[in-house]
Amino acid sequence: MTSSTETAAGMEDVAGPVLSPAQSACLRLLAGMMIPASADYGVPGADDAVIFADMATTIGRDREALSRTLDSVEEAAGGRLADLERTDRAALVDRLRARDPGAFAVVEAVVSRAYYRDDRVLKSLGVEARPPFPKGYAVGQGDWSLLDPVRARGPIYRDAG
Amino acid sequence: MNDPVDVLIIGSGASGAAVAWSLADTRMRILCLEQGDWPDSARYPSTGRDFETRQFEDYAISPNRRGLAADYPVNDDDTPIKIANFNGVGGGTVLYAGHFPRLHPSDFRVRSLDGVAEDWPIDYRTLEPFYALNDRMMGVASLAGDPAYPPKDSVVPPLPIGRTGELMGGAMNTLGWHWWPSDSAITSREYEGRAPCINLGHCGHGCAQGAKASTDITYWQEALRNRVELRTRCRVSRIETNDDRMATGAWYFDANGEEVFQPAEIVVMACNGIGTPRILLNSASERFPDGLANSSGQVGRNLMFHPYALARGRFDEPLEGFRGSRVFMWSMEFYETDPARGFLRGYCYQFTRGYGPVVTAVNGMADGVVPWGEGHHDAYRKLFDRQAGLVSICEDLPEEINRVTLDPRLKDGNGIPAPKITYRLGENTLKMLDHSLARGIDVLKAAGARDIVTRSPLPYAGWHLLGTARMGTDPKRSVVNEWGRAHDVRNLFVVDGSVFVTSGGVNPTSTIQAIALYVADQIKARLHDLFD
Ligand SMILES: Cc1cc2nc3c(=O)[nH]c(=O)nc-3n(C[C@H](O)[C@H](O)[C@H](O)COP(=O)(O)OP(=O)(O)OC[C@H]3O[C@@H](n4cnc5c(N)ncnc54)[C@H](O)[C@@H]3O)c2cc1C
Repeated sequence: MTSSTETAAGMEDVAGPVLSPAQSACLRLLAGMMIPASADYGVPGADDAVIFADMATTIGRDREALSRTLDSVEEAAGGRLADLERTDRAALVDRLRARDPGAFAVVEAVVSRAYYRDDRVLKSLGVEARPPFPKGYAVGQGDWSLLDPVRARGPIYRDAG
Repeated sequence: MNDPVDVLIIGSGASGAAVAWSLADTRMRILCLEQGDWPDSARYPSTGRDFETRQFEDYAISPNRRGLAADYPVNDDDTPIKIANFNGVGGGTVLYAGHFPRLHPSDFRVRSLDGVAEDWPIDYRTLEPFYALNDRMMGVASLAGDPAYPPKDSVVPPLPIGRTGELMGGAMNTLGWHWWPSDSAITSREYEGRAPCINLGHCGHGCAQGAKASTDITYWQEALRNRVELRTRCRVSRIETNDDRMATGAWYFDANGEEVFQPAEIVVMACNGIGTPRILLNSASERFPDGLANSSGQVGRNLMFHPYALARGRFDEPLEGFRGSRVFMWSMEFYETDPARGFLRGYCYQFTRGYGPVVTAVNGMADGVVPWGEGHHDAYRKLFDRQAGLVSICEDLPEEINRVTLDPRLKDGNGIPAPKITYRLGENTLKMLDHSLARGIDVLKAAGARDIVTRSPLPYAGWHLLGTARMGTDPKRSVVNEWGRAHDVRNLFVVDGSVFVTSGGVNPTSTIQAIALYVADQIKARLHDLFD
């Protein structure tokens, strides 16, 4: 499923380094804060090793914007987000998200793209872990008789030639 | 220099394909130059497990995000609505949703009926046979008898409305509103070698099944069989002219980056509402100092988008979610002018299903209905597969200040100046957007939706590119005449969305193609005195 590897040196995919080690660590922390594991639903958190390794391949064209945001989080944390106490960390991230939701939308996209394609997560949602093509999906026709009142009302357009 | 051709078409999208196919029966030598490549359906996002990631990569709707060799950058800093397109064989139809309404008869008479903008020099009846021909060529799914239109035939049966359609349709029945299954350029059964829709739910990023009518698999297949030549990875920079003020052909950069001249007797522009004015403006010369065919000063002006408003909510029961065609149902309840509403002209609604697992999360967090941390999973599960909504497609009136110019600094990979967009929402449009949101919330509530979220205008929805080389009988107020020929250059034609006089309040591609077929028909009928 993934061509990425998580290394001590940071995050990389087949094309080379995607994030620095510091950025990588920060992203993993944010991923876990965003989507924690849930025993109720039997799903891992987004900081799960397999999901996090997959994340390198979902960054794509968001790399620059993501790096900028991760750097600014680390800076706001006074060095490393990981060094803050859990409650301070949460408070800081809440504040930063409220201030710049656009920047955090990129983090949310990168994390969601890896998390919500993980087999375990899809299974818990009742979604088949497969691409849409070639099997496709069934969709019911719906009740066409619902159109009767629309027909009964007659034409509604202006006949302008 | 290349061998001369009779007809040079620039751009192979919705209109370029239609005009190429139609002109093929003249047996003229026809060449189309396309800056992009053939799409490869085996690479479309829906073929992979990572389908929701890939829709934001090479098949992203923004050319600035894709940034591929085929793409030219667009400076859209100065517009609240950002440009979406696709550059390759099929043009925008590769990514379009295939919502395929026609304009209404009243759309061609806006000044006479409502006292705004300008009437078109052609009318619904002029285009009717070409709409019908285009419906057959594209294999349009529809249900005959829509009371919002003059009678029209159905080519293949409509796409399913599903449970989402039942909910929305039922709600509109309680409100006494019009609704109908959409005309969709997606075949519901085997049609002319195309396989039926299997509800991949991924129309907007290339249809791997080939059910959606992108022109690479419809018109182009027939045009190529009829000996039209299509040269890909060839980007036109400018049109050349002679002392008779006629076009002599076009300069283009080939796949190796070499600049080549292609001589032609007739030049047809089909680069869309941004690409066409860009090339006309870039073709300024001593003979045409303000850009080609621009003695009216209208090239690039009157840019119209169709501002969209979006509303969606969550329901207590499971719906289709991301499965099923993206388009399936419309309402024309607020289409025709009612001055009591406080604005002129109107809009249609296009109903929408839910999203895949990833996009549900991304939107849910952006909309503030799915939190981070504690509560994420509960909120997500209330949303996933239980969402539906609508978008309104609002008529945008032509305004000269909304325009495409050449960016003084930004250039594409071949050094051709990039287009710069200057656009702001007009007063009438803003009122229409508000109205459409308020009524949209009414229908969602009537259907039982909760947690309704809205966006207006939809910032990424600059996908209908219209009006920048408009049609008209007055050379001082328009760029092309009533059959698509430039007033200033007698062998230059424009067939894409640029020629729209007004935008109407429906998706434009059915009309763009009907116009392309109509212009081709006019060229054929007038071949002997085409340049008089
Ligand atoms: C995401 C998305 C969804 C959409 N959904 C719908 C919908 O549901 N219904 C609807 O009606 N419409 C929809 N549209 C719009 C539709 O795609 C366009 O209206 C239609 O494709 C425009 O046709 P056209 O011929 O004017 O231009 P295009 O189809 O854009 O074709 C222009 C072609 O010209 C080429 N070109 C441009 N410049 C040059 C150059 N200098 N040299 C060589 N080639 C050049 C381009 O590469 C492109 O292939 C959608 C568009 C997008 C992007």
